[in-house]
Amino acid sequence: MGSKEVVKILIEVRFHGRGGQGAVTAADILAVAGFKEGYYTLSFPMFGAEKRGTPVVSYLRISDEPIVARDEIYNPDYVVVLDPTVMETVNVIAGLKKGGMLISNYPKSSDDLKTKLKADELGIKVATINATKVAMEVLGRPITNTTMVGAFGGATRLVSLETLLDVVNEWFKGELAEKNAKLIEEAYRYMMEVCR
Amino acid sequence: MKIKLNLGAISEPLQSEKFKTGDWGTHYPVVDKEKCTGCKTCEQYCPDLCIEVKKFNEEKYAVVNYDYCKGCGICSSVCPAEAIKMELKDAFKFEG
Amino acid sequence: MRKVVRGFYSVAHSVKLCRPNVICAYPITPQTEIVENLAAMYANGELGDCEYITAESEFGAASMLVGASAAGARVFTATCSQGLILMSEVLFNAAGMRLPIVLVNTNRALSAPLSIWNDHQDSIAIRDAGIMQLYVENNQEAHDAIPQAYKVAENRKVLLPFMVCMDGYKLTHAYEPIDLLDQETVDSFLPPYEPAAYMTTKKPLAFGCYAPPHIYMEFRVAMQQAMERAKNVMLDVFKEWAEVSGRDWGGHIAVDFPDSKILVVAMGSVVGLLRKVVEELRNEGLSVGLVKIRTFRPFPVEELREALKDAEKVIVLDRSVSFGYEGPVSIELKSAIYGHSSAEIYSYAVGLGGRDMPKDFLEKLIRDVAEGRERPGFAFKGHQEFEEVIP
Repeated sequence: MGSKEVVKILIEVRFHGRGGQGAVTAADILAVAGFKEGYYTLSFPMFGAEKRGTPVVSYLRISDEPIVARDEIYNPDYVVVLDPTVMETVNVIAGLKKGGMLISNYPKSSDDLKTKLKADELGIKVATINATKVAMEVLGRPITNTTMVGAFGGATRLVSLETLLDVVNEWFKGELAEKNAKLIEEAYRYMMEVCR
Repeated sequence: MKIKLNLGAISEPLQSEKFKTGDWGTHYPVVDKEKCTGCKTCEQYCPDLCIEVKKFNEEKYAVVNYDYCKGCGICSSVCPAEAIKMELKDAFKFEG
Repeated sequence: MRKVVRGFYSVAHSVKLCRPNVICAYPITPQTEIVENLAAMYANGELGDCEYITAESEFGAASMLVGASAAGARVFTATCSQGLILMSEVLFNAAGMRLPIVLVNTNRALSAPLSIWNDHQDSIAIRDAGIMQLYVENNQEAHDAIPQAYKVAENRKVLLPFMVCMDGYKLTHAYEPIDLLDQETVDSFLPPYEPAAYMTTKKPLAFGCYAPPHIYMEFRVAMQQAMERAKNVMLDVFKEWAEVSGRDWGGHIAVDFPDSKILVVAMGSVVGLLRKVVEELRNEGLSVGLVKIRTFRPFPVEELREALKDAEKVIVLDRSVSFGYEGPVSIELKSAIYGHSSAEIYSYAVGLGGRDMPKDFLEKLIRDVAEGRERPGFAFKGHQEFEEVIP
């Protein structure tokens, strides 16, 4: 023992959205995708009386060893924001690790949000995508979870696009699967460019 | 610092007034005063009691309380005069 | 087959494989999706010879299960918090009637104030009912616990209700990979139910009859004897389960680093993170170990005596309070080791009503005791300073 250092990773992600946008489902889809790529995963909602429209939080842990921590995530490596208006009332970057990344649904550019949040001073990275617009175009409803799952994948490359598409095709059926797969692919490729 | 704790978790009336829900929705209703007949259908249907027909001298039309409106769009869909439109909030509009 | 599922499903799937005949429940968060999943399985015709009844209340659910169990059915329900307390009148009866009912309690705080979040006040409040209580650490253990619960409860030496206690939200809502059992494995472990005594229309019986002072006490002594016999039956069942499933969850207690000077005692979902904290503190040279209590009823008296006999300091984490005294696990632990250990007992009530217990909180708790900043005795940990005012 001790001759080989085992590299242990633990990635913690916090999702902010509003009830009905699928912040919980977003974390769940990534939990399945991470599992398919050989990681241990755990996703769970911030427990409360969720109502459509209220700010909600969900969490995701990805690790290469069994996950035992079930406490809330205070210092995430990534924060994913499904709804830009949440940022007005919730400090979404609270506790975000130095070098960590905010991946946000935001109608303006990454630089705009970077300046607004003083991201450089805080030492955090920011990547944005106008997920509401994309979701409205494809789904006709402002449900941004799959778009942000794709965005997370493209920004972090923790899970491959192929795996995400696999999961989404298991998760949804028929036309909904097609539409969500389209959203994921579009967001994934877009974010790969943004984070290049 | 010590927090104050009401004995027995007793709560006084109207506490929910402090809890503004106006930022919940992606859309918000806009009333066309000209088209509005003041029929109060929206008032009857609003699940959050936040649209109300008010009198202004000779005119009467529906007024939205944006502090609490969650943007569900029910008022818009039940309005017989088609006087209420749901508009996308600026925060969701694409610029550039 | 390993699959990512939510905690609810891990229980529902396992219940299905135990081939219940009657499921009767009333929804209450954070339990609802367990019976929702079972209701869906029933609607899809996956439950075989089973009736699913939606009750009008938890009281009704428990009452119908008593009837069904007395009629020879293998039964299941799930509840928590106010629901469990509403059931309690019936549950005391079920135990006295010696009905091997299996239920899952998704531990949740009790009102008032209203809380839907997790602690252990609900199940602890009915500790004296004559119901066996097993507390699980994670969803795999919850999944595995169901067939074991039936096997113990239905054993002719036992015949008492069995309650699997899993932390609400922390486990029920967690979405994680679980090794799901298959029918063959469960069938090989859990034989078809053969009720000890049951009524039919041809052979009517009355259960839990009137017992005047000259005979009541004997029935209660018999219940205690059944609980005592359950201790050994459980050990056999746990061992058999480890062989069948390949997963060994330990006995009545599970101990990590038994020879440590400081031992932390806890139940439920906090144990996983606690184990990690203990391991890390050991790496720093601290002599600290972990005792996980699995069965709270019957209480593991001899096991705790053995585990704690040489400990210098024992930290007990309670997720409930017996107001006017202290944490119930701590009370019982002290009673169990009286005269067998000279350890100082640090009794802490923590995580009430879902108060989060992050890693640094647990770490500090142990360090403060280890480094002599705390005195033995009872305290709440993790609450804010407050002043009570009359509105």
